[in-house]
Amino acid sequence: MTAAVVVDHVSKRYRLYHERNQSLKASLLRGRRARYEDFMALNDVSFEIKEGTAFGLIGENGSGKSTMLKCMARILRPDGGSITTRGKLSALLELGAGFHPELSGRENVYLNGAILGLSRREIDARFDEIVDFSGIEQFIDAPVKNYSSGMYVRLGFAVAINVDPAVLLIDEVLAVGDQEFQNKCTEKISQFRREGRTIVVVSHALSSVRELCDEVALIEHGRLIQVGPAVDTIDHYLTEILSIDPATLGIARRSTGEIQLQGVELLGESGEPVGSLALGDSVTFRFHFNALKPVSGPVFGMSLTSSDGVLVTGTNSRDQGLSLEIPTGLGWIDLAVPRLLVSSGKYHVTGTIYDTTQMTPIHEVGDLHAFDVAEGNPKTSGITSLGGTWRA
Amino acid sequence: MNQLREYYERRELLSNLVLRELRSRYKRSALGWTWSLLNPLSSVLIYWVVFGVFLKVKAPIGDPSGQGNFVLFLLCALIPWNFFSNGVTQSIESLVVNAGLIRKVYFPRELLVASTIGGLLVTFMIELGVVVVILLIAGNMVLPWLPIVVLLVILQTLLVLGIGLLLSGANVYFRDVRHFVNLLIPMLFYSTPVVYPISYVPVNWQVAGRSIPLRSIYEMNPLVQLVGAYRALLYDLTFPSIGSLAYIAVWSIGLVVIGQFVFNRLDHRLAEEV
Ligand SMILES: Nc1ncnc2c1ncn2[C@@H]1O[C@H](COP(=O)(O)OP(=O)(O)O)[C@@H](O)[C@H]1O
Ligand SMILES: [Mg+2]
Repeated sequence: MTAAVVVDHVSKRYRLYHERNQSLKASLLRGRRARYEDFMALNDVSFEIKEGTAFGLIGENGSGKSTMLKCMARILRPDGGSITTRGKLSALLELGAGFHPELSGRENVYLNGAILGLSRREIDARFDEIVDFSGIEQFIDAPVKNYSSGMYVRLGFAVAINVDPAVLLIDEVLAVGDQEFQNKCTEKISQFRREGRTIVVVSHALSSVRELCDEVALIEHGRLIQVGPAVDTIDHYLTEILSIDPATLGIARRSTGEIQLQGVELLGESGEPVGSLALGDSVTFRFHFNALKPVSGPVFGMSLTSSDGVLVTGTNSRDQGLSLEIPTGLGWIDLAVPRLLVSSGKYHVTGTIYDTTQMTPIHEVGDLHAFDVAEGNPKTSGITSLGGTWRA
Repeated sequence: MNQLREYYERRELLSNLVLRELRSRYKRSALGWTWSLLNPLSSVLIYWVVFGVFLKVKAPIGDPSGQGNFVLFLLCALIPWNFFSNGVTQSIESLVVNAGLIRKVYFPRELLVASTIGGLLVTFMIELGVVVVILLIAGNMVLPWLPIVVLLVILQTLLVLGIGLLLSGANVYFRDVRHFVNLLIPMLFYSTPVVYPISYVPVNWQVAGRSIPLRSIYEMNPLVQLVGAYRALLYDLTFPSIGSLAYIAVWSIGLVVIGQFVFNRLDHRLAEEV
C-alpha cells in the first residue's frame, strides 16, 4: 500500500521571544534581532500514513499535535526533515478556516475554494452541496463576523470536505456543533473513507479516535512515543502518560473529551496561590478546564490518594446537588475545604468529569496534581485527623 | 521563472483575492466606491489651491499639445503617484492584515502582496480612465498614446510589487518598517515633480563655493522618470525618452527580482511570526 503522507525526521522549532515588542530601535541597540530561546515543538518525528486509512494524533495539551498538522498542511515549514503528501490536501485547523470577517459566507466559500485550488466552475458545481451540508442557508449572504462559532465551524467543515481532497486534516473540531451536525460529519467521514481517501485527526475524544482511526501516533513533548494500531497506542497513552489505573482503563477508553481538565491550583484563604500546606489549613482546590462545547449538567469529581496509593477521600459536585451549565471555553470550578484534615505527607489529586447520567466519562486524569502537607495543629497519627479538641 | 509560473497557476486565486480586496474595501461605508474618486479629487483640490493659486506654480506649456492648465498638469502625475504611495504602504501591511489567512491555510503568500496591489491597480485604472476623459474634453488627443501608457502602468505595477515583496516580509518581523516607510513617502512626494514642474529644480546648486549637479542627482529617482513619462504621454502628447523608459524598466524588474528573493527568505517562519 502506498503512503499518502510520509513524515520523515521532522523537527520544528519555535522562537520564544523574551520581549515580544520587536522594534528596530531595540534591535539596533542590541546589534541583533530580539533575543529568543528555541523551543522544540517537534523533535525528530517520523511516521507514515497509508493511503485510504484514518490516522489519529494524540497527546497532552502542548505536546505538538497541532504543530504537526500545520506542518503537514504546509502552513509551517519544518526546520529539519521533510513531509511529502500525495494528492490534494485540505485542512480544518483549530477554530475553522481562514475566513474574512467582512465578507459574506458565500464570498468566503469561493475564496476558500480558490485557496484550496478549485476553479470558479468547480466551486459553482459544489456550492449547493456545501451550503446544504453546512445547514446555514439563511445566513449564507450575511458577513461571517456575525456567525456564531458553531456556524463558522460548520461552514469551514463543509468547504474543507467538499473540495474533493485526497487527504483531509482535522484538528479538534469534530466536537463542535450539535448532535445532528456531528452525525452528518461522521456520515461524511465514513463516505470519505469508503472512497479510499485519507484522514488525519487530532482529538481529545479518545473514544471517537478509537472508533474512527486505524492507526494512532502518540506525541509527548514533541517526540513520537508510539505509533501503531489505535487500541495499543491509546492504552499506552492512558496508562503511561495519564497514569490511569489499568483497572479503570475501560472508563478512560470511553471518555468523550468534551471538557478537558487542565490542572489544579491550590488557593489560600484570601485566594492567593499556596505551594505547601499544613494540617488544619483552609484551602481551595481550583480545577481549571477547557470546554470544547457547551455541556449541560456535568459532574466534577476529585479524589485524594496518599503517596502509598491509599484512597483518602473522594467527592463530587452532584453529591452536593450542584447543577452546572458549562459554556464553551476556559473555566474553573472550586472545591473549598475549610480545614484540611490529612496528616503530613504527599498527596495526589485525581480529577474526573462525568456526563449528567454519571455513566459516560468525559475526562479523567489520574495524577492531576501532587502537593505536600506539613505537620500542623493538632498533631495526628495515621492518615487523617478527626480535627477534634481534647477537653477535661 | 518558477515564481512567474506560480503566479500564473494560481491566477484564479489571485483574481479571487483581488475581488475580495475590492469587495471588502468600502464594505461598511455609506458612500462606498464613491470614496475611491473622492479621495484623489480632494487632493487635487488641495494641491491646486495651495500650489496653483497661492504659490502660483506655473504649469509648463505642453509640447506639442500646447496645454497649460495646472490642474491637468497635476492630474497626469498625481494619479500615478497615488497608486505608487497607496500601493507601497498597503502592500507592506498586506501580510500583517491577512494574518488570519496565513495562519489557517496554505497558499503562496506573495499572492497577498500581489492582490493588494491588484485591487489598487483596478482603482488606478478607473481613475486613469476618468483623467483620459477629462483630457479629451480639454482637447488633449491622448488616445494614440494609450498603448504606451499601458506599458508604463505595467512597469509601475512591477515597481510597486517589487517594493511590496521586499518590505512586507520584513514588516512582519519588524513592525517599524511601516512607520519608517510612512516617514519616507512624503519625502519622496516632494522630491518628485508632482506639484511642480521639474524645471523648478536647479541644474546646479552652489554650496560652500562648490557646485553640485542637483538636477542630475534628482533625476536618478526612478519616480521622477516615471512621472515624467506619464506627463510626456498624457500632458505633452509626445513619446517619453527611451532612456527613461529603460531606466524605469531596470528598476522595476530589478526590484521584483530582489523583492521575490528576499520574500522567499523571509517566507519560512511567516505563519509563526505574523
Ligand atoms: N507560534 C508559536 N510560538 C511559540 N510557541 C508555540 C507556538 N505555537 C505553539 N507553541 C508551543 O508549542 C507547543 C506545541 O503546541 P501545539 O502544537 O499547539 O500543541 P497541541 O496541539 O498538541 O496542544 C506548545 O508548548 C505551545 O505553547
Ligand atoms: Mg492543538
